[in-house]
Amino acid sequence: MIEFIIDLIRHIVKGNAKYYMWLLILGLVILDGILAYLGQAQDGLIVTNMRDQISWGFYISNFTFFVGVAAAAVMLVIPSYIYHFKPIKEIVLFGEMLAVMAVVMCLLFVMADMGKPQYAWHLMLKPNFPSSLLVWDVIVLNGYLVINTAAVTYVLYRAAHGKEYKMSIMWPIVLLSIPWAFSIHTVTAFLYNGLSSRPFWNASIVAPRFIASALCSGPALMIIVFQIVRKVSEVEISNEAILKISELIAYAMGVNLYLYAAEVFKEFYSHSIHLAPLDYLFFGLEKGGTHHNVLVPFTWVALFCNLTAFIIFLMPKMRTKFSILNIACVLIFTGVYIDKGMGLIIPGFVPDTLGEIYDYLPSMSELRITAGIWAVGAFVYTMMIKTAIPIYKGELSFLPKEHRRKLTAH
Amino acid sequence: MKRRDFIKSTAIAAGGLLIPLDKSDASLWDTFFQKYFREMTPEEKKNLAKRLENEYKEKTGVNINIKTNEALPAVKFAYGLDLSRCIGCRRCVYACVTENNLSRNPQVQYITVLEFKNGEKWVSDLEESNKYFDHKEQPEPGHFYMPVQCQQCDNPPCVKVCPTQATWKEPDGIVVVDYNWCIGCRYCMAACPYGARKFNWAEPQVPSDQFNPNTHYLGNRPKFKGHVEKCTFCIQRTRENPGKYPACVEICPVGARKFGNILDPESEISQCIEKKRVFRLKEELNTNPSFYYFFSL
Repeated sequence: MIEFIIDLIRHIVKGNAKYYMWLLILGLVILDGILAYLGQAQDGLIVTNMRDQISWGFYISNFTFFVGVAAAAVMLVIPSYIYHFKPIKEIVLFGEMLAVMAVVMCLLFVMADMGKPQYAWHLMLKPNFPSSLLVWDVIVLNGYLVINTAAVTYVLYRAAHGKEYKMSIMWPIVLLSIPWAFSIHTVTAFLYNGLSSRPFWNASIVAPRFIASALCSGPALMIIVFQIVRKVSEVEISNEAILKISELIAYAMGVNLYLYAAEVFKEFYSHSIHLAPLDYLFFGLEKGGTHHNVLVPFTWVALFCNLTAFIIFLMPKMRTKFSILNIACVLIFTGVYIDKGMGLIIPGFVPDTLGEIYDYLPSMSELRITAGIWAVGAFVYTMMIKTAIPIYKGELSFLPKEHRRKLTAH
Repeated sequence: MKRRDFIKSTAIAAGGLLIPLDKSDASLWDTFFQKYFREMTPEEKKNLAKRLENEYKEKTGVNINIKTNEALPAVKFAYGLDLSRCIGCRRCVYACVTENNLSRNPQVQYITVLEFKNGEKWVSDLEESNKYFDHKEQPEPGHFYMPVQCQQCDNPPCVKVCPTQATWKEPDGIVVVDYNWCIGCRYCMAACPYGARKFNWAEPQVPSDQFNPNTHYLGNRPKFKGHVEKCTFCIQRTRENPGKYPACVEICPVGARKFGNILDPESEISQCIEKKRVFRLKEELNTNPSFYYFFSL
């Protein structure tokens, strides 16, 4: 065991100049985030631009988006374990690790948003269950973290012993993880959806659209990450797997845009008083002689990104060219990041319940802390693949040196 | 920044993340592991009040009294607001700030007075409201006013969503917050349809010579950064026997504010509900407020 840990450290510190540069950048961004967070801990959340009118902002927007990314794993788990699609089965582990990363980031964003995070344990002592959706969300997110960590650890543990994983152990994990992935979305959507005080969220389409958009953004991130992984390491990730994922994105984006259109139609055509938040997103609102429109450019950028990407994904000729595919993935990631982040959270508070319009954009502290959490996520993922790849290649193992062999794909 | 300064400020910040460093070790321990208020014995509540009183005294040198008394039997409070009379003078807002020891900087106010132009839509859609009006004299001709504060709902969305049960409805109808149990997630603020819940974005500042020493644990006791607070119908006044009116009722120069025990058919509020055509804010949300608006003229 000790030998294994020493070996592991040896593999983690092994890398070229680019790898060290990457770690250095991450380290600096994390450090800056910690400094910004210490400032927030000292002065209070006043260092953010959130106020009573808009009481959730950039942190919760990012949290919501990364809940979506976390579900990406299910897009690989279903084809690999249920349909035994071989190219994806080889990489399902990397998808599950991405889910672990995303959930870790979600938990950090929630902690960053809390006024008194040091008392978070109160939730364990007096959980308002089943009444509070926030308690549900804590349960499903932590559960999802445990399930995916267990799946990854088990597969790697077996591989480190030079063995394949046993399906008898994997099956229960897989069967649990699929509905669980949908549950983290649904519960997070219900968190907003259940509030009758916020008409923008209180629409039944919120949860389905949540899932549809998540099944685009997560896999889009995976496609980009997988190409980077196969470039910087010797892991084989087949084009076939990546193209299959891109095909799935096309379907998910179609459903997402359809639901989006349904929402836009209903609000603009019926033109009730509940149109205000959507109006704020697309055109801005007029009040007290001021035109409030800080989110308008973001909304149109998101719409442009999602539509363009959808057209690209629709055409097999386009999406099979990697240069174009990558552009489309970046577009989807950006589009959904705006749409499921700030574009979902902020209009819930505009106008506020007493009719005030408070224009919110994140403060410098919020941006620095958020960047820090992104860097933590990237660091966690880097460490996970730095552990997984040598195990896969048989370089890192519990077996004595002479018994090791390269573990080929199953 | 010098290195020593940097280390010092970092250490202070790291400490500040937990509990203010100006407390003794024992007090720090007691604060951090303080039990859930509703599960404390009367003895524990008394000790808690003593500890908080001492802490405030140590910090500022001022003596305050923190009560923990429970709801009176056969009492359920309700509130009435006569929109015909309200002139939008905001005296209620400031009386509330003083009585409840609300932070002066940054400003925390439990009452929001909304101004509407005559004829503008206003009942279920408050988007035309203006809360930043500033006229020489009140009322401004051609306008009318609607003050909004916690509606003490019988079906409170804030209580429903709180993940730690840090907020609840007392038997006398007051929705209260245990500031020490609140984790500052602000889910209740998203859930409240009346903008009644206020968050301490920074350490609240109240000059100690202006601090109202008559306090209640669930009401106007010293507060700190990172938790939510709200109107408690001046629990420190209304739970006395004989009780006093909430500060906003007492100060109102035109008598627009009514308050009383809804279980007593002879009380002023019961009579208002009986004799006037009353309505409640955002009835479509089914929150069942204990706060009634009406027109006397």
